[in-house]
Amino acid sequence: MTTLTIDDREISVPAGSTLLQAAQELGIDIPTLCFSRHLKPYGGCRVCLVEASNARAPGKSRLVPACAYPVEEGLVVRTTSERVQKCRKFVIELLLQGSRESEELNAIARKCGVSTDEPPADNIAHYLAERAPKSGQTKCIKCGLCVRVCSEYIGMSATCFSGRGSGRTVKTPFDQVSPTCIGCGACAYLCPTKAIRIEAASE
Amino acid sequence: MLCGGTGCVSNKCLEVQQATEAELAKHDLQDEVSVVVTGCNGFCANGPVMVVQPDGIFYQKLTPEDVPELVSEHFLKGRPVTKLMYTPPEGDAPIPKLSEIGFFEKQRLIALSNRGLIDPEQIDAYIGRGGYDALSKVLTAMTPQQVIDEVKAAGLRGRGGAGFPTGLKWQFCRESMHTPKYVICNADEGDPGAFMDRSIIESDPHAVLEGMLIGARAVGASHGFIYVRDEYPLALKRIHLAIEQARDYGLLGEGILGSDFSFDVSVNRGAGAFVCGEETSLINSLEGTMPEPRIRPPFPAQSGYKGCPTNINNVETWANVPRIIARGSEWFSSIGTATSKGTKVFSIVGKLKNTGLVEVPMGITLREIVFDIGGGILDDKGFKAVQTGGPSGGCLPDSLLDTPIDYETLQAAGAIMGSGGLIVMDEETCMVEVARFFVAFTQDESCGKCPPCREGTKHMLDILTGISEGRGQEGDIELLEDMGRMIKDTAICGLGNTAPNPVLTTIRYFRHEYEAHIRDKKCPAKVCKALLKYSILPEPCIGCHACAKNCPVDAIIGEVKKPHEIIHDKCVKCGMCYEVCKFNAVERD
Repeated sequence: MTTLTIDDREISVPAGSTLLQAAQELGIDIPTLCFSRHLKPYGGCRVCLVEASNARAPGKSRLVPACAYPVEEGLVVRTTSERVQKCRKFVIELLLQGSRESEELNAIARKCGVSTDEPPADNIAHYLAERAPKSGQTKCIKCGLCVRVCSEYIGMSATCFSGRGSGRTVKTPFDQVSPTCIGCGACAYLCPTKAIRIEAASE
Repeated sequence: MLCGGTGCVSNKCLEVQQATEAELAKHDLQDEVSVVVTGCNGFCANGPVMVVQPDGIFYQKLTPEDVPELVSEHFLKGRPVTKLMYTPPEGDAPIPKLSEIGFFEKQRLIALSNRGLIDPEQIDAYIGRGGYDALSKVLTAMTPQQVIDEVKAAGLRGRGGAGFPTGLKWQFCRESMHTPKYVICNADEGDPGAFMDRSIIESDPHAVLEGMLIGARAVGASHGFIYVRDEYPLALKRIHLAIEQARDYGLLGEGILGSDFSFDVSVNRGAGAFVCGEETSLINSLEGTMPEPRIRPPFPAQSGYKGCPTNINNVETWANVPRIIARGSEWFSSIGTATSKGTKVFSIVGKLKNTGLVEVPMGITLREIVFDIGGGILDDKGFKAVQTGGPSGGCLPDSLLDTPIDYETLQAAGAIMGSGGLIVMDEETCMVEVARFFVAFTQDESCGKCPPCREGTKHMLDILTGISEGRGQEGDIELLEDMGRMIKDTAICGLGNTAPNPVLTTIRYFRHEYEAHIRDKKCPAKVCKALLKYSILPEPCIGCHACAKNCPVDAIIGEVKKPHEIIHDKCVKCGMCYEVCKFNAVERD
């Protein structure tokens, strides 16, 4: 068992657990986006970042993804510190900027304490809401849940990431109907923004 | 000793080689004088270069036409040819000896200790210079732990960028119980303007192999990978050749040098993604999946290639290892500063008189590199800044020229050591444009896994482009600073963590340039096209019509012998009129 402190509360969990699992034991809610309990932790979306410092250097803390970071003996974790909230807000605002119309994403944002109804609070939020180019709006937030569920859980790899940087998109091979897709719908089920639609094929 | 590095090969050194061999044969000297094609000599700007031994006479910018005189004067009559020697920009007399040229004088060679001295395609040449002695010492007289202790005591730190202590990294991997274990050589050099790793492999591939063999013995690895970018054909050819020769000599394979140690190496070609310089992305790429960083922990030392303990070091780090083992940690740690030991190889490029590859002791100042080794700024213009660490580094101003270079001082200044690219900029460089260029690069090379790097750098690029095109707004500087700091804090890997550095350092040291762009809509360096305005001064204009004739869009009107005028709506700001006017009548503001 490993003992650590999360938001001033001590807890012992089996070694190898993640910070997210330990927090859940304590009933502490850490928002996640690219995480699914059925899949290997990916740590990509940065929404579950928490502040951690270890016993050796208590004054030095770093941001780590709770979904993937393994518990360490004596680790001190803060899930709602000012730094954590600021970073979480930043990441959510970046995602919202590219998918303004997505109701699902707006709901996720509200859950993380970011509201699109109120006027932007700081200069980054103001820029993203008012000035950043609005082109290229898409429901997909590139969390990779669809790609990963298909390869890790279903074992088909019918979709994949294509391109890099801001040009990254989720695609089927060569933009054709994927020959390995079995139509199981796992990707659509997991997609947090409902960017994947299942249609009945007309034979 | 004729340099056969990539720079000199593109300057046609192989033709010089042929001409020299033919000329020597003509004088029946082929048995007296041998022509050895070596790896990169470093003085790339002046290639093709040749060093005549044993006197160490240095010749530069050779052409096949120079060869007959060279052979008859120097080799036959013993009179070195002055006109082919290097003359320093400020001096008037040519300097005959390589060792006395400023470019080479302040260098200290460890990783590059064989450069220009051996034929990199001959294993015997490497062995003749003491090569593989360190390996035999490791296999016969040292335990793996003693090897690690020696590297730790030497204070060697990773030369790929972050400067993690190499011995400690090896220790972690050694302590991982799982087998098999792997070692990787990271030769995926992706920084614009950097060519250290390429040159090391090209000039001394066996040093890299020997370093890997020693590292593999220390951590307990049985196989190694060399990940070289495919844009480096000569490096690929030479490393393949070196591996073949090492296998023939029993230095790779089963039971190396009669010991119980077995190790072999394979070469993987990288397709040129900058993110593959990040070690976990490189491992993903080796495994054949998307190159994107993995979440750490677990670190590669615990779970790397195919989930096995893996130790990954950069080319230059590996090349330092045999020298440390051969000459001892005490010798190595006597060079450098308190926290950074040994030397660092830099590729010095940009607006310098002498560009090329140099190896200097840690603790040397930027001033020594730029002015003593680099010979100062091209065309005697003013120095403005030097970018260390490539797109992940920072732009440092003249006030920091006297800072001794090591990992800590560079970090304190907002830059990083990086893998050793050093780009020198003169007074005509616009710092907003420099920041924009580097962010455009990292944005393009971001893998796209995490939103801060994928989306954040895109917004920074948009804001910077706006500033350079005259759309900057009050508050944009603070916005860039805030966004840069947030990206650094939240991105997954080194690429995103360092991508804002060029912006943050140019703001820190050249804030006034940003302010001029935003408030006055002026580019002080007169680089940002959108902010320039060309006009013709009626006084000096004699109406020669040259500007009008050369204007590609017919934006200049005027009768011959009368002052001309630019129609600003039509002008595309190409600067052609400014270039062709002999009377300084075109004003650029």
